Amino acid sequence: MTTDDDTGPRLVLSKAAKSFGPVAALVDGSITLYPGEAHALLGENGAGKSTLVKILAGVHYPDSGELLLDGAPVVFTGPAAARDAGVSIIYQEPSLFADLTVAENIFVGRQPLGARRRIDRAAMEREAAAIFRRLGVILDPRRLARALSVADQQIVEIAKALSLNASVLVMDEPTAALTSTEVERLFVVIRTLRAQGSAVMFISHRLEEVYSCCQRVTVMRDGSFVHTAPIEEITVDQIIRLMVGRDLESLFPKTVTEPGEVILEVQGLTSLGKFKDVSFTVRRGEIVALAGLVGAGRSEVARAVFGIDRHDGGSVRFHGSELPNGDPQSAMAAGVALVPEDRRQQGLVMDMGIDQNMALASLYPLSSFGIIRRSSEAELAMTWAGRLQLKFGRLRNAVSTLSGGNQQKVVLGKWLARAPKLLIIDEPTRGIDVGTKAEVHRILDGLVSDGMAVLMISSELPEVLGMADRVLVLREGRLTGEFSRAQATDDLIMRAATMASTDEAAA
Amino acid sequence: MSDVMTPTPPKVDAPAADSGARRLWSGVARWETGLLVVLFGVLIFGAAESSVFLTSSTLFFMGINIGYIAIMALPMTFVVMTGEIDLSVASMLGLSGAVVGDLWHHGWGIWPAFGVALLVGLAGGALNGLLVARFGLPSIAVTIGTLTLFRGLAEILLGSVTVPGIGDRLFPVSLTNIGVLPVGGTELSWSLLIFLILAMVFGVVLHATPLGRSMVAIGLQPEAAEFAGIRVTRIKFGLFVLSGLLSAFAGILLTLQNSSVSYNAGVGLELNVVAIALFGGVSIFGGRGTILGVVLSVAIIGSLQMALTQMQVQPEKQNIITGILLLLSVVIPNGGEVIGRLRARVRRGRSRSAA
Amino acid sequence: MSTRTVEPAADVDKPRTSRLVDLLRAREAGIGLLIVVLVGLTSLDNHHFLSANSIQQLLSGAALIALLGVGETLVIVTRNVDLSVGSVLGLSAYIVGDLFKHEHIPAWSGFLIAMTVGAGIGAVNGFITTVMRVPSLVVTLAMLYIVRGIDGVIVNGHIVNPTAIPHSFTAVGYQNLLGVPWLFIIVAGVVVVAAYAMRSYRASRDLYAIGSNPAAAALIGIPATRRVFAAFVISGTLAGLAGALFLALNAQVDNSAGQGYELQVIAAVVVGGVAIFGGSGTVVGAALGAVLLHTIQQALVALRISAFWNGAIAGGLLLAAIAFDRWLTLRNARKLASAEGAHRNV
Repeated sequence: MTTDDDTGPRLVLSKAAKSFGPVAALVDGSITLYPGEAHALLGENGAGKSTLVKILAGVHYPDSGELLLDGAPVVFTGPAAARDAGVSIIYQEPSLFADLTVAENIFVGRQPLGARRRIDRAAMEREAAAIFRRLGVILDPRRLARALSVADQQIVEIAKALSLNASVLVMDEPTAALTSTEVERLFVVIRTLRAQGSAVMFISHRLEEVYSCCQRVTVMRDGSFVHTAPIEEITVDQIIRLMVGRDLESLFPKTVTEPGEVILEVQGLTSLGKFKDVSFTVRRGEIVALAGLVGAGRSEVARAVFGIDRHDGGSVRFHGSELPNGDPQSAMAAGVALVPEDRRQQGLVMDMGIDQNMALASLYPLSSFGIIRRSSEAELAMTWAGRLQLKFGRLRNAVSTLSGGNQQKVVLGKWLARAPKLLIIDEPTRGIDVGTKAEVHRILDGLVSDGMAVLMISSELPEVLGMADRVLVLREGRLTGEFSRAQATDDLIMRAATMASTDEAAA
Repeated sequence: MSDVMTPTPPKVDAPAADSGARRLWSGVARWETGLLVVLFGVLIFGAAESSVFLTSSTLFFMGINIGYIAIMALPMTFVVMTGEIDLSVASMLGLSGAVVGDLWHHGWGIWPAFGVALLVGLAGGALNGLLVARFGLPSIAVTIGTLTLFRGLAEILLGSVTVPGIGDRLFPVSLTNIGVLPVGGTELSWSLLIFLILAMVFGVVLHATPLGRSMVAIGLQPEAAEFAGIRVTRIKFGLFVLSGLLSAFAGILLTLQNSSVSYNAGVGLELNVVAIALFGGVSIFGGRGTILGVVLSVAIIGSLQMALTQMQVQPEKQNIITGILLLLSVVIPNGGEVIGRLRARVRRGRSRSAA
Repeated sequence: MSTRTVEPAADVDKPRTSRLVDLLRAREAGIGLLIVVLVGLTSLDNHHFLSANSIQQLLSGAALIALLGVGETLVIVTRNVDLSVGSVLGLSAYIVGDLFKHEHIPAWSGFLIAMTVGAGIGAVNGFITTVMRVPSLVVTLAMLYIVRGIDGVIVNGHIVNPTAIPHSFTAVGYQNLLGVPWLFIIVAGVVVVAAYAMRSYRASRDLYAIGSNPAAAALIGIPATRRVFAAFVISGTLAGLAGALFLALNAQVDNSAGQGYELQVIAAVVVGGVAIFGGSGTVVGAALGAVLLHTIQQALVALRISAFWNGAIAGGLLLAAIAFDRWLTLRNARKLASAEGAHRNV
């Protein structure tokens, strides 16, 4: 579009690689950013985008590869070095200082100084206000960050990057928590930045956003660069095929089953500020997907059903009898299992062994006279490691030594060992390599064929479409759509998930 | 993610994958082995420096000196295991004694007085547990608060008097003998014997029961424990109650040992109790530690104290040694990591200058 | 549609009001008020309580804990803790006293030496905590023992008596400037300077950032190691100064000086609104917390209530303060959640 052909690229990253222990997070990270251009970096979760971002941020030091800034090789020894070189990052999750004010968060470490190197608060707050005006938002610079909503925190992050006059601006899913109006505003800002000659790198899972604000696309898969092209020369279908890299069939083995009786009945479930009046059922032998955007309240619904969080209204009936509010133990006893979203924090005790993690939800059944039978524990771990084809060294090894996919299998094994009747699984394949992904899907398919009920939360549309018998869509805490497997299309689901935002984005 | 070209993930490189867990295990094993070596060192040192060290009375007086403190170190181990801390133990010990003294002074029988003291221990522990586990307040701040509160209550009960004072009945000799005489046929003090029995129970609970495993999980990753259906709140609450109860019990033992009570018995001992647990290899961040380590820690600190006392080293110097031991216990496990980090920094600096 | 585009706008229009409201809402104001009420009520019963003499005593008594509280605040704000302050006070007081006795050093150098001793110990604390990455709770607990032990060895049962100490030194403890004790002036000076610095310099704002979100602080390149190290050194230095003032105030010192102060200081700091897990709190709050706890102690005496109640009341107050902070946090979180819910029509 506005790319000046005379100017060379602002930033070139070529063949960057980074491994963490046995896990290669990035094999060939390559991207070229031009001034005045917004460049979309696309790929599935686990494709290595975040690692690439962290290399640009100076957080990770690449094992190999080269980074050129305005044609000259640079080495980022730390985040400060990257920042000083004019590379600003806006992370997926805003990480503000809750106890500092908005203005301080923007300028921390480089506050405007007055006489005798004192911080000039008035100037700082003025500058912050000026940036917000540029962004078209009104936010009190003196407010504590603690008192901000997630969307506002994101805006502060953007303001921080703007205040740095960054020549390279990397945005890692900045729109995930924003409303449509805020997204529009952000695009205006990106346009302004481009006009000023900045290079923008933009990561998003919403392709329509990419088409409405980016000039160039780079696709990554399994830690490697796949393809780069101007946006006009590539279609959505082509992008998706490049991202997934194989046919949907092999990724999503799906046996058509005849669902049985209703096992879970959620009626008018409400949690103040999170979701409202959510009602649905799950039957034996079916996978029900809970789709929607990040932050729509899907995980919160799952947590409330399982009882990790208390709900404020409505009921959860399982097998005809009501589950007590906020009591995971009762839910477990009744036959409910929850594989949570955050594997490393919620799913596993990372420093415990594989065997101990698998046994953690079955400690009492594994005990006699109050003592854990080590042999039964080992047997349980052996059994499920075998059935789930876990790749491991020794069962006593800490789970932190496993790859993401194998960690997920340990979480699955932990719950399947309890022979649950309903499996709630939140983002079953987030951060898992493609091969193991297909394995996890095959496992789920097998479970459902054997009559288990599965409630699956997923942000990946292909997964939803490929695996679900029924799709429920949640938007801003409310159910906005229900589709059968035959009805469901990505268009319908996205529309139900975004409604307002798709309309406006199209306009 | 480790293999990109082929669809099946590779078998994880066994030695590399093993290293994390093995490091953890051998780290634990090494710590206890290290303590054992230190213990032998202390025993040899004591025998060499003091002619009376290798006599049975050393064992008895060691029990008198450290037994009641060691008893409090057991529930402290559990509490620290779950990532919390209880700094109110020594004040509860004092309060328990004060309750006994006050009731005795007012003509109660000794057994009912003990009963009430134990109930006070339960209640105090429940207060800590309520504030920490139920309301989610930081345990370090809460228990500094109850430390002040319990000691204050002891002060209100007894004031500056000592019970039994002039005009009071003396405590029954049959009971105070428990405090000053060894267990029949042995040279163990009652407090040390009780500690050893309790240690066995605590060891089994920590290392072989669902409760113990749950405590480890809570200490390592509280959220994951909750998602696995472990009753985090209830367990933490219970542990604070247990800590209060055993501290009150230790207070009764100390009362018998001294044959009298004053409100300031055991002031400042909370830090000794914490030190015993940490020196025994219990991680202040929770989730790591063994009862064996704590028992060895008691043995080392106790026998070192005896040796130094017999050598007529001032108690202040003994403080220095306790402090250094404590410091070493946290610095040594970190040493390897620190060196690794420094090396990495040097390496990076080199490659930077090369680039 | 969004509530937030409306609500903050109002704030921006009336910055002065909101600043005033902030001030009134602040913890410092609440504690100040509590002190005033307590003094007022007590003086209703006992008229001597409001006498200049009594107020002098009050302020002098609280001064040492307040001074230690300033350093402790710096450390706690970074998510660390310094348990060694009481021991450092004791050691530095005795060293200076001993030097007066045997070396007849000039009075002014006493302060310098005490602060140097403290800074040295603080540097050791800081080094082990930051470079060796050992939890400060353990480091400073060990340091508490070690320093107390060294103190005991040096003291060796001796006492430094008033006769050994130069008058110009002890004058700081008993002389006034226009009715205000020098001790108080020094401590108030430190509090004011520290309060100003904590607000106005980048390095001190870094301390809050480190305690508020260590990961984010590392991400934006805040030199956490250097900052936390400095906080420990300052805490040690102020503990050393407190040692000198202790000697000036009491004119004698043995090895029990400062024993148990560490927990009193933490109690004062927490009552003063410093979050025990870092990130927030002010030195003024901490100092006021110390004054409040000491006022309670004095009020009990004035009201002829047994001083034995002191500990129980202080403990109860500390628990109340923690619970109150927690309640505030929860209330704010709930407000935010429901505001967000409203904005999403949930």
